[in-house]
Amino acid sequence: MDKTVNQKAWFLVLPVFLVVAFSAVLPLMTVVNYSMQDTFGNNQFFWNGVGWFKELLDPSTDLGGRFLASLGRNLFFSLVILAIEVPLGIVVALSMPRDGWTVAACLVTLALPLLIPWNVVGTIWQIFGRPDIGLLGYVLNHIGLDYNYVSNDIDAWVTVIVMDVWHWTSLVALLCYAGLKSIPEAYYQAAQIDGASRWAVFKAIQLPKMNRVLLIAVLLRFMDSFMIYTEPFVVTGGGPGNSTTFVSIELVKIALGQFDLGKAAALSLVYNLIILIVCWIFYTVMTNAGNERKPQEGAA
Amino acid sequence: MHSIPGRRLIMGLFLIFLLLPIYWLVNMSFKTNGEIISTMTLWPHAPTLQHYRRIFTDESWYSGYINSLEYVVINTIISISVALPAAYAFSRYRFLGDKHLFFWLLSNRMAPAAVYALPFFNLYSAIGLFDTPWAVALAHCIFNVPLAVWILEGFVSGVPREIDETAFLDGYSFPRFFIRILVPLIASGIGVAAFFCFMFSWVELLLARTLTSVNAKPIAAVMTRTVSAAGMDWGLLAAAGVLTIIPGALVIWFVRNYIARGFALGRL
Repeated sequence: MDKTVNQKAWFLVLPVFLVVAFSAVLPLMTVVNYSMQDTFGNNQFFWNGVGWFKELLDPSTDLGGRFLASLGRNLFFSLVILAIEVPLGIVVALSMPRDGWTVAACLVTLALPLLIPWNVVGTIWQIFGRPDIGLLGYVLNHIGLDYNYVSNDIDAWVTVIVMDVWHWTSLVALLCYAGLKSIPEAYYQAAQIDGASRWAVFKAIQLPKMNRVLLIAVLLRFMDSFMIYTEPFVVTGGGPGNSTTFVSIELVKIALGQFDLGKAAALSLVYNLIILIVCWIFYTVMTNAGNERKPQEGAA
Repeated sequence: MHSIPGRRLIMGLFLIFLLLPIYWLVNMSFKTNGEIISTMTLWPHAPTLQHYRRIFTDESWYSGYINSLEYVVINTIISISVALPAAYAFSRYRFLGDKHLFFWLLSNRMAPAAVYALPFFNLYSAIGLFDTPWAVALAHCIFNVPLAVWILEGFVSGVPREIDETAFLDGYSFPRFFIRILVPLIASGIGVAAFFCFMFSWVELLLARTLTSVNAKPIAAVMTRTVSAAGMDWGLLAAAGVLTIIPGALVIWFVRNYIARGFALGRL
C-alpha cells in the first residue's frame, strides 16, 4: 500500500509522542544522570564518571559479580523456557479441535493464564507447590520425592520454569494456531493426493507457514522472560540464596532495597541496551516479514 | 486445518495442566483456614464464604480493587485516545522520522519495568502525583500507548483508503470524519486495543506498587498483607487471588478471536 507523504501527520502523532516522552525520556535522563554519580544519602551526589560501568562489567567486583551472575541465570532461564514452550506450543496448536464450540472453549481456557495478574500467578504456584497445603507439593512428597522449593535450588528452578510454562505456553500456542489457520485447505488436499506422510505435511506445509508467528513468539517470549520479575519474586523471592535472582530482581534489590542509585542506574542502562538490541532485531525481522507478506494478501 | 494423532488427549492433558492450579486456588478460597492447614482435601468439605465476605466488607481490602480499577480505567482511556490519531497517521501517511518513531514506541513496550521503577518514583514524587491513581496510569502508558498504537494501526490499515477520500469529497472535516466514520468502522479494533490496555495494566505489579503507598494502593500490594504474626491467612489470599482473575475471565469470551493478535502487538 502506498502512503502519501504528509508532514502534518506529525500533529496526529504528537499526543503519543508527548505522553511516551514524558514517561520514557524524562526518567531515562534521570537514570543517565544517576549512573555517573555516587550518593552518600542526604541528597549529596559526587561525580563518578564511568566508574559504575567499569565495575558492572568486571566480575571480580561485588556489583559486577552480582550483575553477571544474574544475567547468566536469566539467559539460561530464557533458553530453557524457549526450549520447552516453543515445541509444546506447536504441539498444542496442532492439537486444537477442528471446529465447533470446542474451538472457542479451548481458546478461552488457553488464554486464561495470560490474563491473570502476575503476582497472582506467583501466588497460585506458591500455594500449589507447597508440600503442606499445595496439591503439587503434597503429591510429589507423597510419592517419595523430596520436593521443597523454599530450601532446594533445583526445586526452586523447576517450580519457576514450570510456572512460566504454565503461564506463557498458551501464547505460543495461540500464535501458532493463528498461523495454522491461514493455510488454505487446498494445500492439504494436494498433500493427500501426493500421499505425503503426517510428518511431511508438518515439515513442508505447516512449519513454513508458521515461520513468521514463531519468530514473533520466540522474540516476545525471550523479551518477557528476560524482564521477568513479579512471578519468581512472589514464589521464591530470588532464593534460596540467590539461585533464582534474575536481572530485574537484582536491579530492584539494588535500586529500591539498598537505594544505591548510581549502581542501579548503571545496571539499568546496560540492561536497557541489551533489550534495545534484541528489540531492534525483533523490529527488523517483523517489518521484513510484513513486507514479504503484503503482496500476497493485499491491504489487509 | 489438519491436526495430529492423539490430539484430544494432548489437548485434554494440557488444559488440565492449565486448570489444575487455578482450581486449587478456587478450592482453597472456599475452605476455612483450619481445613487448609490440617487436612488435604480435594474439594472444600465445609465450604465457607468467610474470606469473600471479609474482602467485600473490609475497606482496606475492597478499596484495593477500586484503586486498581481506577488507574486501569484512566490508563485505558488515555492510551486509546492518544493512540487513535497516531495509528491513523502511521497507517495513512509517510512523514519525517515515522519509522524511527514506530521503533522507539516498540522499544518502550519492551523496556523492563524494573528500570523505570526508581526514576518514576522520583518523577511522580517531584510533581506531586505520588500515591494517586494518575501516577500509575501515566506510568503504565509507557507500555500501553505503544501497544495501542500498534494494534490500532493494524485495524486502521484494514479500512480502505477510498472511504477517507469519499468522506473528504463529501465535505467532512477531518475531526468529523474521524469521529463519525473512522471510529465506528474500527470499533471492534478499539475494543480489542482497550481490552489489552486494560489487561496489561491490570496484571502489572512492580510499577503500581512502587508508585503508591496508602491512598492508591493496588489490590496486588494489599495481597501481601495476608502475611501476619499469626502466620499466613491462606484462605483470604486465595479468595483475593480468585477475585483478580474475574475481570479477565469475564471479557475474554468477547475477544477470543483476537487474543493472538493482541499479544503479537497487532502484527498478525
